[in-house]
Amino acid sequence: MAVTGGVLLLYVVAHMAGNLKVFAGADSIDGYGRFLREFLAPVLGHSGFLWVVRAVLLLAVVLHMTAAIQLARRARKARPTGYAHRARVPGGYAARTMRWGGVIIALFVVYHVLDLTAGVLNPHGVEGAIHDNVVADFRHWYVVLAYTVAVVALGFHLRHGVWSALRSLGMGSARRAAAVQAAALGVAVLITAGFLSVPYAVLFGFVR
Amino acid sequence: MLFTEGDPIADTRAPDGPLETRWERRRFTARLVNPANRRRLTVAVVGTGLAGGSAAATLAELGYNVLSFCYQDSPRRAHSIAAQGGINAAKNYAGDGDSVHRLFHDTIKGGDFRSRESNVHRLAEVSTQIIDQCVAQGVPFAREYGGLLDTRSFGGAQVSRTFYARGQTGQQLLLGAYQALARQIHAGRVLMSPRTEMLDLVVSDGRARGVVVRDLVSGEVTTHLADAVVLATGGYGNVFHLSTNAKGCNTTAIWRAHRRGALFANPCYTQIHPTCIPVSGAHQSKLTLMSESLRNDGRVWVPARAGDDRAPGLIPEEERDYYLERLYPSFGNLVPRDIASRAAKAVCDAGRGVGPGGLGVYLDFADAIARLGRATVAARYGNLFEMYQRITAEDPYEVPMRIYPAVHYTMGGLWVDYDLRSTIPGLFVIGEANFSDHGANRLGASALMQGLADGYFVLPAVIGDYLADGPFGPVNSAAVNEAEDAVRSKIAALLSVNGDRTAESFHRELGRLMWDHCGMERSEEGLRKALDRIPSLRDEFWRRVKVSGTGEELNQSLEKAGRVADFLELAELMCLDALHRTESCGGHFRAESQTPDGDARRDDERFSYAAAWEFTGVGEPPVLHREALTFEAVRPSVRSYK
Amino acid sequence: MRYTLRVWRQTGPDARGRLVEYAVDGVTPDMSFLELLDVLNERLLLDGDEPVAFDHDCREGICGMCGLVIDGVAHGPEKATTTCQLHMRHFDPAVPIVVEPWRAAPFPVVRDLVVDRSALDRVIEAGGYISAPAGAAPDAHAVPVPKPAADTAFDAAACIGCGACVAACPNGSAMLFTAAKVTHLGLLPQGQPERHSRAADMLRTQDELGFGGCTQTGACTAVCPKGIPLDTIARLNHDVLAAALRSPR
Repeated sequence: MAVTGGVLLLYVVAHMAGNLKVFAGADSIDGYGRFLREFLAPVLGHSGFLWVVRAVLLLAVVLHMTAAIQLARRARKARPTGYAHRARVPGGYAARTMRWGGVIIALFVVYHVLDLTAGVLNPHGVEGAIHDNVVADFRHWYVVLAYTVAVVALGFHLRHGVWSALRSLGMGSARRAAAVQAAALGVAVLITAGFLSVPYAVLFGFVR
Repeated sequence: MLFTEGDPIADTRAPDGPLETRWERRRFTARLVNPANRRRLTVAVVGTGLAGGSAAATLAELGYNVLSFCYQDSPRRAHSIAAQGGINAAKNYAGDGDSVHRLFHDTIKGGDFRSRESNVHRLAEVSTQIIDQCVAQGVPFAREYGGLLDTRSFGGAQVSRTFYARGQTGQQLLLGAYQALARQIHAGRVLMSPRTEMLDLVVSDGRARGVVVRDLVSGEVTTHLADAVVLATGGYGNVFHLSTNAKGCNTTAIWRAHRRGALFANPCYTQIHPTCIPVSGAHQSKLTLMSESLRNDGRVWVPARAGDDRAPGLIPEEERDYYLERLYPSFGNLVPRDIASRAAKAVCDAGRGVGPGGLGVYLDFADAIARLGRATVAARYGNLFEMYQRITAEDPYEVPMRIYPAVHYTMGGLWVDYDLRSTIPGLFVIGEANFSDHGANRLGASALMQGLADGYFVLPAVIGDYLADGPFGPVNSAAVNEAEDAVRSKIAALLSVNGDRTAESFHRELGRLMWDHCGMERSEEGLRKALDRIPSLRDEFWRRVKVSGTGEELNQSLEKAGRVADFLELAELMCLDALHRTESCGGHFRAESQTPDGDARRDDERFSYAAAWEFTGVGEPPVLHREALTFEAVRPSVRSYK
Repeated sequence: MRYTLRVWRQTGPDARGRLVEYAVDGVTPDMSFLELLDVLNERLLLDGDEPVAFDHDCREGICGMCGLVIDGVAHGPEKATTTCQLHMRHFDPAVPIVVEPWRAAPFPVVRDLVVDRSALDRVIEAGGYISAPAGAAPDAHAVPVPKPAADTAFDAAACIGCGACVAACPNGSAMLFTAAKVTHLGLLPQGQPERHSRAADMLRTQDELGFGGCTQTGACTAVCPKGIPLDTIARLNHDVLAAALRSPR
């Protein structure tokens, strides 16, 4: 769980950094897209690099979800009977919403791929015209809302996920607990803010 | 005639000669069982406290097959776990002049010269090994910044020899023993039966050869045969109903062994701890101890005038009676347990007690807070203050604590010789269940020491000498059947009464009777009153007790009734023992035997012996066997704390 | 005062259980929760009903035998308090109190509020000890232990093995229990030789016994009567990982 989560986190960070090129203008981000498609093309062929990345991501997602399902199944087996009186579950909100948050994120990824990768659901939908596609999307408040929900879910997911992963890997014993806590929160906030900056910039007209 | 005189009894296994080398010589003369034969020998150990847990683990390490039993759901829960203060050991790490001889001397004197020199000396010798053993097991004792073990001083000693793990020393030591036991269970050397209660002893051809137990979940009664039986079932303080013991603590195992022929020694020696949280109402189910260390800084007082029911803060200084400081100016609030307890009772009897029912005295920290500051007091006693506040809902930083004495420990128990053998061959008794090492009064932090000494070091060293007599041949099946039948018919009898009073209500009444007449102060008149009442209460119990359900299931009301039935028999012997011992000594204070100042007056001329009682039948006069005590290394003297 | 209780009644492991309502009169604020059950049981007994079975022993918060889920919270509403140390002054007589047993598959109900927690003993037996046979120990001062290590080890060693962590965990995991022992022994020099195998063996046994996996929700530490910190779990993970890296098993 921690290892696959780590791989996905690295991707998410890179993705977010790439997104910010939107602010440098259409040429910058479209060029970045071309660069990714042509990167190592002599060895891997056109878009080869992207397909390698996609394969790794897919594997990570599958393993991540498998582990999550296994954990959930074990939990159900270990706790077959619930309490008649259900108290508010102690522990943080982020910790409690890992599973449903994960599902929301997975559904979103499907939509997101159809929207901005395949272009099927995009109002503009021209391959390679990343900037225009993005701007076409985020002029609509409901698209922004959908992205917001998903990114906030991702933020919570990362908030507990990063913290939990670091502890699963044995870090965060008393001395470092505060640092781990801060790191998890920092990553979550940074990623959330980074991702949301684009849609809101479009919605409010800073990027056209 | 209340009892008859029997032949004197003697400890024949302690070697003669110099005290300092007796244990060494005994270990050398004790025969050994070779490792291949140990595998073929089975030892049943009942109880998993410090004594039983450590004994079972160590015997298994030596290669014996061990059967271990406890009534709790896990061996880790035995009541040793609740010991707070610490464990004594003559390490002299503090460099303050401690030695084996000094620990020996303090323990003999603390026991008011009613224990055996050879046993106590061995205890002091072994004490140092206990600390080594526990540290090796990972017991997290308190340490100083240099990484070495910290010690503190305790009542009755002028050196710092008490090792501790915050206020939970018993817990940490017990977990050490439990973990050693767990390792042997995993290795298949110990067969552990939790939720199992011993209800009888199998005696075949004069030897203890097994136990009859009841599985507390299924109700099944079974017999477990062994080559030797070890009882480590703790004390019987719950005969008083309210005590600091766990609710489940009982006398059943040792009492049923007593009924099978094991002598019961000094049953009247009970320790009353002065600093417990007072009873808050009729529903009270147990009493909670507050560490004795509180008396280092707290001042004990009551209103000077009887019936003064003003709030403590409204009673001016000159209308308060700091009675310990007044009566014992040199020791003040730090007098030993028995003296502090009796003084509290005296002021309450005079109508000057505080709190509900007038059964309490103040332990006031106002001066300490003014002198040291609240932070320092909190650092020293914060956790105890919290515990007090949780139970009473009163803040001891603002309002003085209320404390009252409570039954805490029983020095009496089954009689054993130097090798911890009872009078039934093959039956060994260790820990609080035996009578051996504390005389008439136990010093603080010595119970843990004795339990672990017996379990880790003494029993394993001497049990081979008994087993070397074997093999003992097949167990007489008639003996097994007879024991099982006795157990089954007792259970059936309890279930068949179907009366109108709960076992709990009998226990409460018995406890009250014992507290009033066989508690902190005993008198001939009171004891005779109790001896008159107990048989009729017992009769009433067997006519009116109400037990629900059946014997073939988890049935807590049946468990309770069985234990109360045994307390009702033991209580009579306790009162009888207290009545026959007309002197005052240690925890046994006879109103008739005191100095003009109200201190205990021992009578070495007539009572320098251990009283070992033989069972002859319920309500029948028991037989008294005296074991004379001789003192060579220490001369009995008068304890004075003025 | 009069309190209403809704208590889980179940005659045996395979029987169907249900909540049964009882009113208990004459309750005082100074009564402990278990004393309230004592009063109820005395009455049930005299009325010819079966008393409510519940586990308890020391009644001073250290043996770990008692444990009830009160209004959905293991050991009830007071923080860092065992059921036996919980007093009625914390309850509103107007609101019925729901009392249930620990719920977890490895803790089958024996009867009413009594569950079988012997799985926790199995976890300790798998490695929760330092192998030090009696008589073989060096002098206690042979190996100094830095005070901070001894203090932190003690914090973890304070676990009373009541199982509240398992009862509260939405995953039914015993991780806090196991981690407390791994932390206690793993911090001491005496515990080093078996440190990594101990962690791996205990964790494997815990999984085999049917406890759920830890997702670090923190529900365990929130109800722990001894306040065992969640950090112990990070230590356990560290030792398990080290075991896997050092010796492929």
